[in-house]
Amino acid sequence: MSQKQMIKVGMADLNTSKEPGILTTLGLGSCVGITLYDPIEKIGGLTHAMLPDSTQIRDNKNKAKFVDTGTLQLIDQMIKIGAKQHRLVAKLAGGAQMFAFQKSNDLMRIGERNVIAAKKILQELKIPILAEDTGLNYGRTIELHTENGVLLVKAIGKGVKEI
Amino acid sequence: MSEIHVDHLNTFHLDILREIGNIGSGNATTALAKLINKKVDMGVPKVNILEFKDVADILGGADTEVIGIVFDLSGDITGMMMFVLDQRSARILVNLLMGREIHEDEVFTDIDLSALQEIGNILAGSYLSSLAGLTHLKIAPSIPYMAQDMAGAILSVPAIEFGKVGDKALFIETEFIEGKDQVSGYFILIPEMKSFHKILEALGVSK
Repeated sequence: MSQKQMIKVGMADLNTSKEPGILTTLGLGSCVGITLYDPIEKIGGLTHAMLPDSTQIRDNKNKAKFVDTGTLQLIDQMIKIGAKQHRLVAKLAGGAQMFAFQKSNDLMRIGERNVIAAKKILQELKIPILAEDTGLNYGRTIELHTENGVLLVKAIGKGVKEI
Repeated sequence: MSEIHVDHLNTFHLDILREIGNIGSGNATTALAKLINKKVDMGVPKVNILEFKDVADILGGADTEVIGIVFDLSGDITGMMMFVLDQRSARILVNLLMGREIHEDEVFTDIDLSALQEIGNILAGSYLSSLAGLTHLKIAPSIPYMAQDMAGAILSVPAIEFGKVGDKALFIETEFIEGKDQVSGYFILIPEMKSFHKILEALGVSK
């Protein structure tokens, strides 16, 4: 690996980077990773959201915890460092259902609901989704490379996918 | 007594949670020792109250591959119980249980996986029954659910539950170690805060 800076994004967290930084989040489970990229300025952003909808939860101070407010805050931060909203493109990963019991309870199908919420807000903001690797039942580690907008998705026993 | 929030626990609350971890994992450790007929040591239970961005690190890094056996808890005490092992420990444990030679690099067969689930079942059962006995509260664990995956991905499931009510997650974590073959892992109790309130009441301790 080269000496490019790796910027880690934890659960309920978000961050941005200019080329050549790499934004990464490790062990994405039922949370959804939403990555945004401005291909002209080569600015990337990643938010690791736990829950679909901030309006459904009383305690919603932490914006990065939610798909809706996290995405909006991420866009704000990207614009501050020079990105243009109309140029942004999105890629999604995560939203897995880690354990079978999550099926039985509608409240627990959180991974799927996170992905649906991400698609909804991106559509409202007219940000095209170029690729996704979502759902199923396994964890993912992702890396957004700001030099070219490639999103690497790694899963145990499944190798590395480039989307 | 008003609802206790994970962000505002005092040292007295933490002591009680640690003691719960102590009693539960003490019993589970004894059960494990009997099961494999070896001496098993237990660490001091830790009550971890973590920001979500730090949650994934408690099992040695978010992308560490682990085996997690998880129980959804219902009854008076709700939340989750987890039994987590690294890959190597899980293999050794299965081999010890099956009375086989220890090979560290085999792939798990279906029977191995089902044996691991059953170990999880027995250990979680002894952890929870001691807790239920102490508090006279009803705790009903689900069947075991297993995942072989990255620690962060497994821990995201309980973390999300905490995310619905606050900005921190609480894990009562106890490490156990079988010295000779170096099997180590964790018992993790993840009570919902509303159950904690019931536990305090049941133990006859007011705030």
